Amino acid sequence: MKLRPGRQLASAVDGTRMVVVRAPAEEVEVTCGGRPMVDAAEAPAPTAADPARQDGTLLGKRYADEALGIELLCTKAGQGTVEVNGAALPVKEAKPLPASD
Amino acid sequence: MNVTMLLEMAADGFGDRVVTGPRSGGLTASRLRELAAGAAGRVRESGAEAVVHLAENGPAFPVAFFAAAFAGVPLVPVNYRLGEDQLGRLLAHHPKAYGIAGEDRHEALLQAGLSVRTPADFLQAADDAAARGGAEEVQADPDATAVLIYTSGTTSEPKGVVLRHHNLTSYVLGTVEFAAAGEDEAALMSVPPYHIAAVSNVLTNLYAGRRCLTLPSFTPDGWLDLVRAEGVTNAMVVPTMLARIMDAPGLDRSVPSLRALAYGGARMPPRVIERALREWPHVDFVNAYGLTETSSTIAVLGPGDHRAALVAKDPRSRARLGSAGRPVPSVELEIRDEDGRVLPPGESGRIWVRGEQVSGEYAGHGPAVDGRGFFDTRDRGRLDDGYLFVEGRVDDTIIRGGENIAPAEIEDVLLRRPDVADAAVVGVPDDEWGQRVEAVVVPVAGAVLDPEELREHIRARLRGSKTPDRIACWPELPRTPTGKVVKRDVVTGLTAAPD
Repeated sequence: MKLRPGRQLASAVDGTRMVVVRAPAEEVEVTCGGRPMVDAAEAPAPTAADPARQDGTLLGKRYADEALGIELLCTKAGQGTVEVNGAALPVKEAKPLPASD
Repeated sequence: MNVTMLLEMAADGFGDRVVTGPRSGGLTASRLRELAAGAAGRVRESGAEAVVHLAENGPAFPVAFFAAAFAGVPLVPVNYRLGEDQLGRLLAHHPKAYGIAGEDRHEALLQAGLSVRTPADFLQAADDAAARGGAEEVQADPDATAVLIYTSGTTSEPKGVVLRHHNLTSYVLGTVEFAAAGEDEAALMSVPPYHIAAVSNVLTNLYAGRRCLTLPSFTPDGWLDLVRAEGVTNAMVVPTMLARIMDAPGLDRSVPSLRALAYGGARMPPRVIERALREWPHVDFVNAYGLTETSSTIAVLGPGDHRAALVAKDPRSRARLGSAGRPVPSVELEIRDEDGRVLPPGESGRIWVRGEQVSGEYAGHGPAVDGRGFFDTRDRGRLDDGYLFVEGRVDDTIIRGGENIAPAEIEDVLLRRPDVADAAVVGVPDDEWGQRVEAVVVPVAGAVLDPEELREHIRARLRGSKTPDRIACWPELPRTPTGKVVKRDVVTGLTAAPD
């Protein structure tokens, strides 16, 4: 699917929600628990997760791959592993700026 | 993305944490969500097209902000110090709004066709609605307007700046980490709620999980008392507030809990920041540069740069204390000449910016960005070694006999003197030169300033054409409540009184 910043993705296997912070130019497949994530505006048909893909996500964490140019923010935590093109997306180390307001 | 998503995340992640108000009796993230959803129902029932907030800062403000977002209408925070005529002109743009205002302003809102209630009654109504429960939630379109903020209008009529949900959420996600604040952290916001910093502050502190306090009317001792009483760890002030805290005689300035102090909104006199850095060696200082049109901060001078500049021997590093630091990673910044050509580092020109958080859009006018999506800040500035130096509004540039003179350079020379508390340099109409340079200075308490000596002082450091023809001593400068000098009032004052 073609991602764009601001787009919300919903899991088909659990309550996981991810929002796109940085989108790659090319199309990618984003999955949760082994099943494709869909636009949060469409209610995904509930599907059974791949039991081998249950590493879970943490609320507020950023998941990113520099080489792909993708960053997703977890806005609702779930149990499924979030993967892009079949590879688990690692948590991005936070480098917060000093609070400015 | 919608700002309510940030609230939902906070309520999911740390719902029991107090996020606004005093440690005991403040609102938790879950409660803020409940009240906002309840109030949203009321706003929707009323058929309002906007929520107008015309009151001092307090718990009703964040509730109103998120209620408007849940209801899918913009929040319009309005300056409660506006005169009757100005307020009337502004309210005429929002006749079908849901008004929240102090009682003294009810008449003005009713006359303009708005419905109105006090902040206390608004919170009560939100509470009643929340108790009934079941307010249906709507996620507003990310392209919908989240807030409409009127500029202070120091150089022209106030303009309504449109900030959309995606602008504000991009700003938060680009600059803050979720739940990064410790449970003991508390932020004190001293600017009024119609200022962009107060709006963005609601979002950034909530998202970080930092309790947010407000000080409705600033006094130096009131600020210091509140910092100590509530164990404030982070605070934001405008430069005039820090100057008053540092200058007031006989104050207990101890702030053991304070860890970080952010400032912005106007230029900081070097005398004041140097004094504050020495007074509070344990505090991290942050200079934030941004505009309403850019959803707040676009460049930051961090704590390390402040401390390094204070002790630096070479003038280049020392000068960084007067800079706005480096652009934030999610924003691109260019310095361009009047013909739109990008200038090399070190050269002064107009500051242009691009990024998701940059709206650059005025109500009724559409986005004021160029073909590449860059917005003209109408601020002059330059980049030196990646550090942004802001040199004031383009509109304040003095054109003397064809030469462009930036008042900031002359003001800096004046403000570096220990006996000058405040200074403004303006162009005054002149038959021969078009404009001539004049200045107004305010002495520090007890000092007597000699205009001739000040002129010599400037002439020794800058060119003769940059030496003011006349320097007047005033007890204070005309400033907006958020600390910006109203230059046209300076010009009026100078031309009205020949000496």
